Amino acid sequence: MSATLRQTPLHDAHVALGARMVPFAGWEMPVQYEGVIPEHVAVRTRAGAFDVSHMGQLHVDGPAAQAFLQSVLSNDVDRVADGGAQYTLLTTETGGIVDDLIVYRLGHGAFLLVVNAGNREAAYAWLKEREPRGVEVRDASEEYTLVAVQGPSSLELLGLDEAPAFTHAMGEVAGVETMICRTGYTGEQGVELLYPAEDGVALWDALLERGVVPCGLGARDTLRLEVCYPLHGNDITQETDAISAGLGWVCALETEFIGAEALRRVKESGPERKLVAFVMEEKAIPRQGMAIAGGGEVTSGTHSPSLDVGIGLGYVPPAHAAPGTELEIDVRGKPRRARVVAKPIYKKEA
Amino acid sequence: MAAEESYPDDLRYHPEHDWARVDGDEAVLGITWFAQDALGELVHFEAPEVGTTVAKDAAYAEVESVKAVSDVVAPLSGEVLEVNQKVVDEPETVNEDPYGDGWLVRIRLAESSEVDALLDVGAYKAHLAEQ
Repeated sequence: MSATLRQTPLHDAHVALGARMVPFAGWEMPVQYEGVIPEHVAVRTRAGAFDVSHMGQLHVDGPAAQAFLQSVLSNDVDRVADGGAQYTLLTTETGGIVDDLIVYRLGHGAFLLVVNAGNREAAYAWLKEREPRGVEVRDASEEYTLVAVQGPSSLELLGLDEAPAFTHAMGEVAGVETMICRTGYTGEQGVELLYPAEDGVALWDALLERGVVPCGLGARDTLRLEVCYPLHGNDITQETDAISAGLGWVCALETEFIGAEALRRVKESGPERKLVAFVMEEKAIPRQGMAIAGGGEVTSGTHSPSLDVGIGLGYVPPAHAAPGTELEIDVRGKPRRARVVAKPIYKKEA
Repeated sequence: MAAEESYPDDLRYHPEHDWARVDGDEAVLGITWFAQDALGELVHFEAPEVGTTVAKDAAYAEVESVKAVSDVVAPLSGEVLEVNQKVVDEPETVNEDPYGDGWLVRIRLAESSEVDALLDVGAYKAHLAEQ
């Protein structure tokens, strides 16, 4: 293992819990503690906590910050009020995706962008190069601990009231002052807690004492894939555009931003391929990079712990993209049947 | 629940973390505690078909966890007589009982002298200590 891997403020706590640590995007991160499946089930049925401190926090401040963000982000940031948040994309001239991120409006001319760990430098450089007068972009990632607490019991265990999704507020959890964000990557109710790095272990330990189950990156991936949240680097990249990826709903094409023109053209002419969700109809587990017959490719695949079946996301020609269409996936030389399904793959029972 | 680490005395081992329980001209094959622990909870066993042959040191099956797929290497050569259907249906059986209910296949040995080249438990534990 490389000696240059970065460690989050919770690193020693993970090791003490017996976590299996792996390199991920330049960080040494827990992939699992007890096991991917029990951790996955804990989030679907009770509550789990994920250390996501490896993600980046970029502050964008100044009188021109909002106009600047409107010019580089795909979604309509003018629709985000103080205390609000929005899922959005950093797009290239050709409509490719530098990163997908959540922008939080902290106040007038004060925004926080939470970006993927693997794209932190790229997103920062992209913004810094374009930073106009009256705007300051600052990478504050080292200042924070970020912990996601997700699951149907999460609010109760934290002593928090319900609040609308994509909002945030300052508050106190277990005596620690924290930004409480109503966001997540699991499809469950929950929060993401952003608080000072030096308080990292105190709040984490308090969560576990209340019965929140520590969960690693393994469960984070199975949970997000069941609800079809794309993973940058797999399902979306600088080479894939937002329309083909099914992210047209986060592209305010009536506004002007980098890549808007290219995305309007894709929308008008129709994408050449579409990102679809599928479920295996034979016993097999799809994996990233496997070919889909007829000119497609799996971009994410796993075993769904909730459904006990192989599931995945992949790009296919539009003719094969309708739910119900049968696909054939090349699983290490063996053709295996799958079927396109409507997103999300896993639907919470009402 | 996952099994406690153990390496039974009555088995012969292959350095790729496979075991064989030899009985006359037949053997039952499986993967060791170390192999299942490294993989994590198994969710798929891609079994060979009964009647096919397996060759010593070559892959004859695949086991998959949520995160990864791994070839299973044959410690001995022979013809597949039986596949453990319980593991096909419930792959986690391998995690729970890697040397008992979690066996993978039963074969008829092609060359019983191959057994002599396998590791005994002491040699396999020494091999593990070098991992």
